[in-house]
Amino acid sequence: MIITFFVILPLLGVFINSLLGRFVKNFSEIFINIVNFLLVVLSFVSLFYINTSENITLVYQVGGWVIPYGITLVMDSLTVFMLLLVNVVGFFVGIYSISYMKSYTESWGFYSLFELMIAGMNGVIISGDLFNIFVFLEIASISSYALVAYGIGKDELEASFKYIILGSISTGLILLGIVLTYSYTSTLNLADIAKTIEFDRSFILKIILFLFIIGFSVKAAVVPFHWWLPDAHPSAPAPISAMLSGVLIKTLGIYLIVRFIFNVFPKNQEILNIIFYLGILSMIIGVILALYQWDYKRLLAYHSISQVGYMLLGIGLGSPTGIVGGMFHMLNHSIFKSLLFLTSGALEYNFYTRDLKKYCCVNKIMPNTTFSAVVGSLSIAGVPPFNGFWSKLLIIVACIETKNILAAIVAVAVSVLTLASFLKVLKYGFYSIEDNTKFSENKKEVPFPMQFSMLSLAILCIILGILLYPNINDLLLSKIKSTIYEGSLYYKTILK
Amino acid sequence: MLVYVLCLTMFFVGLYGLITKKNLLKIIISFIIMDNSLNLFFIVVGYRKDGIFPIFLKTHSTTQPMVDPVPQALVLTSIVIGLSVTILMVAIALRIYEKHKTFDITEIKNLKG
Amino acid sequence: MKKNSKNNSGMSLIVKTVTRWTILLIILYGLYITFFGHLGPGGGFAGGVIVVLSFIHIILAYGKDFVVRRINEYLASILETTGGLMFLSIAILGFATGIFFKDFLGQGKIFSLFSGGIILPANVAIMLKVGFGMLSAFLCLILFSLHKGE
Repeated sequence: MIITFFVILPLLGVFINSLLGRFVKNFSEIFINIVNFLLVVLSFVSLFYINTSENITLVYQVGGWVIPYGITLVMDSLTVFMLLLVNVVGFFVGIYSISYMKSYTESWGFYSLFELMIAGMNGVIISGDLFNIFVFLEIASISSYALVAYGIGKDELEASFKYIILGSISTGLILLGIVLTYSYTSTLNLADIAKTIEFDRSFILKIILFLFIIGFSVKAAVVPFHWWLPDAHPSAPAPISAMLSGVLIKTLGIYLIVRFIFNVFPKNQEILNIIFYLGILSMIIGVILALYQWDYKRLLAYHSISQVGYMLLGIGLGSPTGIVGGMFHMLNHSIFKSLLFLTSGALEYNFYTRDLKKYCCVNKIMPNTTFSAVVGSLSIAGVPPFNGFWSKLLIIVACIETKNILAAIVAVAVSVLTLASFLKVLKYGFYSIEDNTKFSENKKEVPFPMQFSMLSLAILCIILGILLYPNINDLLLSKIKSTIYEGSLYYKTILK
Repeated sequence: MLVYVLCLTMFFVGLYGLITKKNLLKIIISFIIMDNSLNLFFIVVGYRKDGIFPIFLKTHSTTQPMVDPVPQALVLTSIVIGLSVTILMVAIALRIYEKHKTFDITEIKNLKG
Repeated sequence: MKKNSKNNSGMSLIVKTVTRWTILLIILYGLYITFFGHLGPGGGFAGGVIVVLSFIHIILAYGKDFVVRRINEYLASILETTGGLMFLSIAILGFATGIFFKDFLGQGKIFSLFSGGIILPANVAIMLKVGFGMLSAFLCLILFSLHKGE
C-alpha cells in the first residue's frame, strides 16, 4: 500500500498547487517543498523495510484485478534504489529553486511542472506494466520539454524545439516496440512477458529489443543520439538543468535499459556487447568535445554524456562487479552533477553570464559556493576519498576481471582528461584574480536556500564512499546485484 | 500483411519529413503523420478474423468472435498524448516566430556545436 | 447593401446564425458520449474533445472577445484542475474501502445508465480535464499574440 503514495502525493501536490498557487502568495514554495520532504521520508522508510531482511518484493495490484488483467506496481531493491535517487535530489533542487526562481515571473507554473516531472519519474520506476511505463514516461518527458523552454528567450525556444523533436522520435520507437511485444505475447504485464519468452530465441525478439534500446538510448543521451543535450541543458534554468542531467536521463534511459535487458528479455550477449561499445564511444567523444568549451554549463553537459558512457560500460560487461559499479556510479553521478549545475546557477545568479573567462574573484566573494564546486570537481574526476573514485574503481576492476584491458586503459585515460577539464574550470572560473574589479563590486554570497542545497549535496559527496563498507554494503548495493544478475528472479517472485 | 507494410511505410514517410524538411510547420505535420501511423498500426494488430466490434448489446448473442478491445483502449490514451505534444510544439513554434521572424530552421541556428 | 456596422469581428451572418443553432446539439452529443461511455464507444476523452469543440466553434464564428468575456483563462484553468482533483479523489476513495482505485459503487442492472461501478464518475472527471485543458491551451495560443520587438 505504501507503493501508491509515491504517485498519489506528487499528483495531489500538482493539482492543489494549480488551484491555489496563483492566488495565494508564496504558497507554491512552502507546499511543494513539504510534499518533496514527505517523499524523501517515504523513500527511506521503504528502504529500511525492503532491504533489512531477505529479498522481499512488494507487489500491488491496482483496483484489485488479478494478474495479468490489471496494472501491477512492483517494489524490489532496484526500485528502492532509484526512488531514493530521484526523491533526494528532487528535494534539494526544490529548496534551491526557492530563491533562484525569484527572478522569473509566475513561479507557481514552474513548481507545478516540476512536481509533475517528479510524479512521472516515480511512476516509471514503480510500474510493472508496459503501457503504464509508457504513460508515465510521456508525463515526465512533456513536463521537461515545457520546463526547458521556461524563460522564453531565443536560445531556450530553439533548444526546446530540438529536444521535443528528438524526444518524440524516441517515444515513437518505444511505442512501436510496445506494439510488437503485445502482438507477439498478447500480454502487457512485465512479469508475464518474461515468463512467456524465457526460452524463446526467435529473430523478432532481437529486433524488438533493439528498438527498445535505441528508444531508451536517445532519452539517455548516448552517442550518436546525443546532440539534443548540449543545447537543452545550458538554456534551461539551473535547477532544471540539475534535474534533467542528474535524474531524468538516468530514470528514463538507463534504468529502463537495465530493466528490459536483464529482467524481461532473455539473456542476450550481442546486445550487451553493443551496449559495451556504445559506452566506450560515449566516454571518448563526450570528454574530447568537452575540452573545447568555455561555456560552463555546456561543458558540464558534455561531461554528462561522458559519464553516462561509464555507466553503460559497467552494465555492458555483464559481470556482477561491473553491474554494481555501473549502478553505484549512477547514484554518485546524480549527486555530484546536480551539485555542479547548482553551483553554475549560483554563478549565473550573481554575474549574469556563463562564460568562464569573464568570472573574477569568486573565491573571495562566495566561499561556500567555491567549496561545493571544488568538492564536485574532485568527485567527478575520481580523486579519493570522494565518491566518484569508488565507483570508477569498481568499473575498472570489473574491466580487468573480464579481460578487457583496453577498456580499462580507456577508462583511466578519460578520467585523467576529465580531471584536466575541471582543473581548467576551477582555475578560470573560481580562482582567477584578474583585474576586473568593476565586474565584481557589490556582489555577495548567494541567499541561504541555495547555499543549504549546495553544502548538503557536497557533504553527501564526501560520505557516500561509505556505501561500499562490508556491513552497509548489504543495505543497498548487494541487493541490487542479486536482483539484476539473476534476472529471472523478477518474474518468479511476482507470479508465484 | 499488406496493411502492416502500409502502416510502416507511413511511419517512414513521417520520419523522412521530420528529418529533411526546413519549415517548422512542415516538421510539426510530419510528426503528426508519424504519430497517427503508430496508432493505426496498434489498432490493426488487434484484428481477429471474422470478429465484430467488442461491445455487448442486448440484441447480440454472446458467442460470436470479437476483435481485441485492449489496443482500442490503449490507443485512446496514446492519441491524447500525441495531441498534447502537438499543442506544445505549435505554441513553441509561435513564440519562435515572434522572436526570430522566420519559420526556416536554417536561419535559427543560434546555438552551435 | 447595408453594411454591418455594429460588430465587425467574426464571420458573416450565415455562419453566425447556423452556429447559434448547432452548438447546443454539439454539447448534448458530447455529454451523451461521456455519460454512456461504459455501454458504447467513447468515454471521457472523446466526450471532452466534442464538448470543447462547441466553445471553439463560437470563438471561430464570433471572434475571441465574445468568449473571453464569459470564460476567461482563469476559469478554464480552475475547471480543468477541478476535473483532475475529482479523478484523483475517486481513486483515493477507493483506497478507503480497501485497495487503490477499487470499484466501490457496485454493479447495477446491466445495460442501464447507473451500472459499471466507478466508470461513470471517472468519465465525467476526464471530460472536464481533457475538455478544459484543450480550451486553456487554445486560449493560450490566441490570447498572448505577437507583440513587436523584444
